[in-house]
Amino acid sequence: MLRRGLNRLFGGDERRVDSRTVYVGHQPCPSTQAFVPPKFCDNRIVSSKYTVWNFLPKNLFEQFRRIANFYFLIIFLVQVSDRPGDPDHKKIKVGDIVEVLEDETFPCDLILLGSSRDDDTCFVTTASLDGESNHKTHYTVPDLESDLEVLNATIECEQPQPDLYKFVGRMHIHKDGQEPAVRSLGPENLLLKGATLKNTRVVYGVAVYTGMETKMALNYQGKSQKRSVVEKSINGFLLVYLCILLSKALVCTTLKYVWQNQRGQDEPWYNQKTQKEKEFLKMFTDFLSFMVLFNFIIPVSMYVTVEMQKFLGSFFITWDRDFYDREIQEGALVNTSDLNEELGQVEYVFTDKTGTLTQNNMEFIECSIDGFQYKYQDSRTELDGFCVTDGPVSKLQQKAGREELFLRALCLCHTVQVKEAGQGVGFADQVDGVDVASAVEQRGFIASSPDEVALVKGAMKYGFTFLGLESKSMKILNRNNKIEKYELLHVLNFDPVRRRMSVIVRSPDGETLLFCKGADSSIFPRVRQEEVERIRMHVERNATEGYRTLCVAYKRLTDEVFARVDAELREARLALQDREERLVAVYNQVEKGMNLIGATAVEDRLQEEAAETMEALQSAGIKVWVLTGDKMETAKSTCYACRLFQRSTELLELTVRTLEEGGRKRGERLHELLLDYHKRAVQDAPPPKGGVTRSVKAWLNEEYGFIIDGTTLSLLLNASSDVVSSNYRSLFLQICQNCTAVLCCRMAPLQKAQIVKMVKNSKGNPITLSIGDGANDVSMILEAHVGIGIKGKEGRQAVRNSDYAIPKLKHLKKLLLAHGHLYYVRIAHLVQYFFYKNLCFILPQFLYQFFCGYSQQPLYDAAYLTMYNICFTSMPILAYSLLEQHICIEILEVAKNAMLRWGPFLCWTLLGIFQGLLFFFGVHCLFGNSALQDNGQVFGNWSFGTIVFTILVFTVTLKLALDTRHWTWINHFVIWGSLAFYVFFSFFWGGIIWPFLKQQRLYFVFANMLSSVSAWLVIILLILLSLLPDILWAVLPDPHLRGDTRQLI
Amino acid sequence: VSQLGAGTTNRPDNTAFDQQRLPAWQPVLSAGIVIPGFLLVGLAFIGIGVALFVTSRSIQVLENDYTGTGSSVHCSECVNPKTTPCTCQLNFSLSALFQGPVFLYYGLSNYFQNLWGDLSKSPSSSCAPYQYDQNTTIAPCGSVANSMFNDTFTLYQLVNATRKTVPLDGKGIAWWTDYNIKFRNPPEVDGSLAAAFNGTVKPVNWPKPVYDLDPTNPANNGFLNQDFLVWMRTAALPDFWKLYRRITEGEYASGLPAGNYTLEIQYNYPVANFAGRKSVIFSNTSWMGGKNQFLGIAYLVTGSLCVVMSAVMLIVYAKFNSPDEDF
Repeated sequence: MLRRGLNRLFGGDERRVDSRTVYVGHQPCPSTQAFVPPKFCDNRIVSSKYTVWNFLPKNLFEQFRRIANFYFLIIFLVQVSDRPGDPDHKKIKVGDIVEVLEDETFPCDLILLGSSRDDDTCFVTTASLDGESNHKTHYTVPDLESDLEVLNATIECEQPQPDLYKFVGRMHIHKDGQEPAVRSLGPENLLLKGATLKNTRVVYGVAVYTGMETKMALNYQGKSQKRSVVEKSINGFLLVYLCILLSKALVCTTLKYVWQNQRGQDEPWYNQKTQKEKEFLKMFTDFLSFMVLFNFIIPVSMYVTVEMQKFLGSFFITWDRDFYDREIQEGALVNTSDLNEELGQVEYVFTDKTGTLTQNNMEFIECSIDGFQYKYQDSRTELDGFCVTDGPVSKLQQKAGREELFLRALCLCHTVQVKEAGQGVGFADQVDGVDVASAVEQRGFIASSPDEVALVKGAMKYGFTFLGLESKSMKILNRNNKIEKYELLHVLNFDPVRRRMSVIVRSPDGETLLFCKGADSSIFPRVRQEEVERIRMHVERNATEGYRTLCVAYKRLTDEVFARVDAELREARLALQDREERLVAVYNQVEKGMNLIGATAVEDRLQEEAAETMEALQSAGIKVWVLTGDKMETAKSTCYACRLFQRSTELLELTVRTLEEGGRKRGERLHELLLDYHKRAVQDAPPPKGGVTRSVKAWLNEEYGFIIDGTTLSLLLNASSDVVSSNYRSLFLQICQNCTAVLCCRMAPLQKAQIVKMVKNSKGNPITLSIGDGANDVSMILEAHVGIGIKGKEGRQAVRNSDYAIPKLKHLKKLLLAHGHLYYVRIAHLVQYFFYKNLCFILPQFLYQFFCGYSQQPLYDAAYLTMYNICFTSMPILAYSLLEQHICIEILEVAKNAMLRWGPFLCWTLLGIFQGLLFFFGVHCLFGNSALQDNGQVFGNWSFGTIVFTILVFTVTLKLALDTRHWTWINHFVIWGSLAFYVFFSFFWGGIIWPFLKQQRLYFVFANMLSSVSAWLVIILLILLSLLPDILWAVLPDPHLRGDTRQLI
Repeated sequence: VSQLGAGTTNRPDNTAFDQQRLPAWQPVLSAGIVIPGFLLVGLAFIGIGVALFVTSRSIQVLENDYTGTGSSVHCSECVNPKTTPCTCQLNFSLSALFQGPVFLYYGLSNYFQNLWGDLSKSPSSSCAPYQYDQNTTIAPCGSVANSMFNDTFTLYQLVNATRKTVPLDGKGIAWWTDYNIKFRNPPEVDGSLAAAFNGTVKPVNWPKPVYDLDPTNPANNGFLNQDFLVWMRTAALPDFWKLYRRITEGEYASGLPAGNYTLEIQYNYPVANFAGRKSVIFSNTSWMGGKNQFLGIAYLVTGSLCVVMSAVMLIVYAKFNSPDEDF
């Protein structure tokens, strides 16, 4: 941030203009007289929280954000880490020409100038940027000289913007003695930092944005220290206790002066003071003395204990073997220990799709041809009760023909490219990493969608291999190892509205065929109905399984028809106006009256136990939102597969598609849809009842799922006026809160963060958690209360910026429901207990002021005052807060974040007051006659204090013992050990004349106390009475309170 | 704010502690334990309570206020004394034997011996403002020592109109450890305690120096004077008793027999100006110490409470147990 600020200062001139000019290769340009090398920021990216320079001020600031952190001037660990990167990358300046080899990531944002490919393109995968792992084609600037050494050009482009898909620029190419030629630049020319070059040997590009100005860096968000909600509660409680402290001191000061105004009470003869101070000053010093006397009520030691608990407690996450993953040989990683308890209070989980919910690994699962199901196992087998030897031969032949037709359709109807042989190592980097031994099958395919590859591969398994596109003809290796050539006539592109694509090919025997594949809903109306029924069952079953299903159809085109279609298509392609609409019209006309051949099922393999994890989270009352940059169809099928959406879930869709239905203006339609959905999901829904589980809801058909895409979201958030916008926002949030699952697709990284932020700041400030694995998830990981990184394939960006990192999604379940829940219960109890124990510690001291003439006489000895929090009562609660398992760790419990509200706090405070009053007045009554031994000798004030203190230490420790549900040997050791230590210490402290003490106040006080039967009796009585409320509470036959846990077990 | 390494390749250890699977005892406070527990505790408390109550009832206490102002008629002549020291008489009669050993206490009310004085200050100024008297060290220093109670009592039994002195035992009224370990006299110089205190002056309010507190018993002087030790054990509350003498000798060892007594009080200690009260108390003790009704009543109440609660719980459980099993 500091560096960015400086850049802003020094690069000020440049920043004021809307565009920047880049001198390609730093060649001075003839048109500009004076070549002033402009200053751009260097290519370093600072994503670590601290740098060497800002560590001290930044950390101090963050530490002091807590109220009582004056304690922590010593900072334990110096967190200085800079982004590891190639040092050469840091030297890249704007205007440099950069060479990037295959499989390298781009070091900065580049304009593509040259590629090793003949067609002046290159392939790029942006998996770590937006989560899309398919290959995208980028183009070089058209009509450039091939020799970049002599290229003399300037680029004018907009100032850095975070939008990944937007770029506007111009390139001026200067040639000697000619007018400069101008080329327009768009996002297709821009290679983004973080993306990886694929399937292209080498490219050259000129750097336009570097370092913190790259689009990737702009999508980062400033990392601010996350504060746990518990900490906020503590601060609130602390404020209450500060008020108690102040009022106690005020009451005592006031009463002191009231009391002293009575006759004879102002410094009676037996206690004269020599120096006379000014009245006001004296009052003030009195006030301060009372503050000092009562300051133990502020549990300063709690901060130490909380910090220790968090630090030590987080080891249990790293140590957990269930989080260990054999594949990557790593366990969980804890980047911050401040948020352990937050894990147990999560209400919203925002998850990335690609690489998080899914493995991003498409696999062909099965197909259905003419109603027969084929499932690829090791050998080609057929299920569905069909046997090859069965039935008449003619039928068998017919079936084989259909089979081959289907497989040919799979091989032809796509836009897949074959990766040239001998290029690179080939397979390892492919999106589909299925290793098949055969040499033929070891070819790589490149496609804009990974399921196209899966289909081609599926066909390959059944004997039809796509060999590639060669001068407009597609080559297929058929079952008999013969090569068939099909002339590719037209590609009817995929678009999300039609939800299908087609090709028109000419077969070797001269037939013109149209193959079409697409979603069932878009294919079924366009084929003959009698064929549909046979397939529909399979399609529906596969869809319920969570597979991505596609239907395949074909159509023979007669020459006349083809000629007409061909002419229409050519005409539409050349149209200058409404080109898209006209094309679609032609497409729709052609794709009619087709024959359905079959359907395919492709699985985007989910992460292990993804569905179970999601279900567990949902049944724990956590709302799961999927935020992805991916297409809606893909994301939706993943949601079904993860059982986030059930078949019975009613989907409320708010996407470009639904907005464009009805042909109205988008804004109006949005308004209308929002109101409609709000009515359905919020107003008509019965009020949520406690205890209605998800299955019941599903059965009652009350479940809603919500789908929104990035475009609609920005439309929604940037509505015409603020009033409308905030209105939309609240409608949107209300709908979402009533849905069991929400899917947001086509999200830019910053939009993901925007959504998280919106939910985070909504009513009730729910705790949010983001989980993701790629750089595109970093901003939402940083935005959410808790950010979780998955140690996935897409680099370590997410892990580095996360608070916790786990190897697999399935670990989230235990992390949240077991660890998080336990941590929350532990720390909540720790906090409440600390306030309570200090209240009943200091209350008798306060009450004693009424009996010592408000003279700031302490009730307890100084040693007891200091040792109370440090030694006598600290270890049991620390052990408790590390080891307590109020329920078995195997039993996952519903997160309830009710333990740090004001209600429980009030209960604890009342308990503290009750016990404090009891301690003091109990002993006070005993001291009605201070002769407590049969020898008639009397006890003094230190005996009084020691008796109170003994009762206090025993009571607070036994109170904790009562609360402990999980007694390990450590608990036994520290609880009984603390009590034994107290007794031992008191004997020791009172048993020796300490040479460094002027007054041996406690000399034999403790031993003398123990020699008095009455003292024993009063100690036992008061301990029992103080614990009575707790014992009663524990056995209270309250089915509502006690039943909860039992139901879950 | 810490970075915890996960260990790059090492699988976490499979120890019970690391995996949070330490064997644990998981007690549940169930009705089966609590109801009998409450009953037992309640019964035990009632037993103790009865014993305490009976014992406390049997302890005799005879308290006489001799402030001389207000409702107290004794020693009113000494409130504004014409002659100092002023002596007054307090007559009382016992109709039955006052069971021994009898302890004679003096009591002070509305007297804040626990004022934040030299009790808690730092060692360097712990005696201020009674550290120096005109640049000479005061021994013993401090305001508590300075304000030492200095009324004296002599008890006579009236036998056939003659006053027979009841011997008062001044030994063993202070804590044994105070007398034997905590307080020490400076080493005597030439066999004289007075010489050991050379160079110090008596506290401002004292009539006599510290080495001359008890003229009758030279061993009972200096910092080891038992009255001084008793006084220095500061009282916890503003109304307190302090042990003055024990009656343990001769024919009075078994108690004060019935009859008429006169207590001769040398009235020195002023309490009127801070509305304090002085009293003199005869009391005997038991195993529980002096008379204190509170403990017995508290035990009885708590014990009965426990019994009642166990009964209530029993009823509640008997009533709600059957639907409870439906879970």
